[in-house]
Amino acid sequence: MSLLIATEVAIERGDRPLLRGVSLCVESGELWQLVGPNGVGKSSLMRALAGLARLGVEGAIRRQAAALFIGHSSALKRALTPLDNLRLHPACDMPVDDQQIARALRSVSLAGYESVPVGALSAGQQRRVALARLLITRARLWFLDEPFTALDTAGCEWLEQQITGHVASGGAVVFTSHQQSRFGARQHDLDLARYVSL
Amino acid sequence: MSASDQPSLSLGASFFRQFLRHGKALAASPADLLNPLLFFFMVVTLFPLGLGPDPERLSQMAPGILWVVALLASLMVSGKLFASDFEDGSLEQLCLAQHPLAILALAEVLAHWLGTGFLLALVSPVFALMVGLPIQALPVLVISLLLGSLCLTLIGAVGSALTVSIRRGGLLLSLIIIPLHVPVLIFGSTAVVEATRDGNAVSWLALLAALVLASLALAPLAIGAALRISLDNG
Repeated sequence: MSLLIATEVAIERGDRPLLRGVSLCVESGELWQLVGPNGVGKSSLMRALAGLARLGVEGAIRRQAAALFIGHSSALKRALTPLDNLRLHPACDMPVDDQQIARALRSVSLAGYESVPVGALSAGQQRRVALARLLITRARLWFLDEPFTALDTAGCEWLEQQITGHVASGGAVVFTSHQQSRFGARQHDLDLARYVSL
Repeated sequence: MSASDQPSLSLGASFFRQFLRHGKALAASPADLLNPLLFFFMVVTLFPLGLGPDPERLSQMAPGILWVVALLASLMVSGKLFASDFEDGSLEQLCLAQHPLAILALAEVLAHWLGTGFLLALVSPVFALMVGLPIQALPVLVISLLLGSLCLTLIGAVGSALTVSIRRGGLLLSLIIIPLHVPVLIFGSTAVVEATRDGNAVSWLALLAALVLASLALAPLAIGAALRISLDNG
């Protein structure tokens, strides 16, 4: 089943055309990495695919499942605790209880930090709180923009497990990373250099 | 772990979550709550110094003074309404939520109002006595400020949503919303003036209430649309 169908998408930033003619069909169970040098438009394309950007986006983008997007900004309130941040997250689409959140925080090795304000956590820990959302969502389509940034080795392993697990259970993931083929043969690459608009 | 079989969240629950989130963030930074009150206090203390201590003259001008200062206090904080949400990325997540952005943003505006305009209206009698407003006008002052500040906050939220992606958009924000604040100021201060003269304050309050209802119905739509535009520009 296709979760995301994009046809002939063209993207411009400001007045500058970035990409054109991007077509992509993401099936359930597929893992896609957007590949390309800095500034080619990976994040812009990702935001367009997730439905965040409309200005400067042409072409048809159809999402057939609930989507989750985790980008560069954490969407966490610094004054609130990880518990409150996850419980009251603006894009959280299901009822959650404290136990579920405590379990998610344990899973990202943040047990014991439930009531520390997020602003007092390190960059890597904040990233972990943001990524803990992967455990409390109904979304089948995940958009992860540079999710591995600021994570340590254990964190990267945890995230790889989540991604492969989600894909194995019929979800789909589109992500960017500066590291090439992190998932080896299991992933599809979309090389954006081919679509650069001249 | 896929949880797509889980029940989804109702609109009411989403609304409440958003309200709580903004409320808790506000409560965690007391400076943001106290700033408008402190501003109100300072400006109201300046008036007797500038106008001279004649109680009669002061009490004549009190309704206008109190209302203009309340309007400025609201203007001061309305620029901040969506700023932190824009910076930390909450706004884009809000756009991705399954429920309409307009309604979730309204939850945030209401939480903001409770922490600013509502509080200010509740403590306004103290300031009113400082400038010699007759005691019989106090209830009308509080009611007019309760209604008026909600209206000012909703209008301010539209301006804030429009300018949130612009650096130093403060002046632009004032230019956009001050003309829209004018009717609120006129109805509000006239209600208080009428109350000091034992006149008919209720009809002015009713007009103010009508403005509140109209802005409650229309402002969220404008806020939602403006937030999406700001996100596209950001």
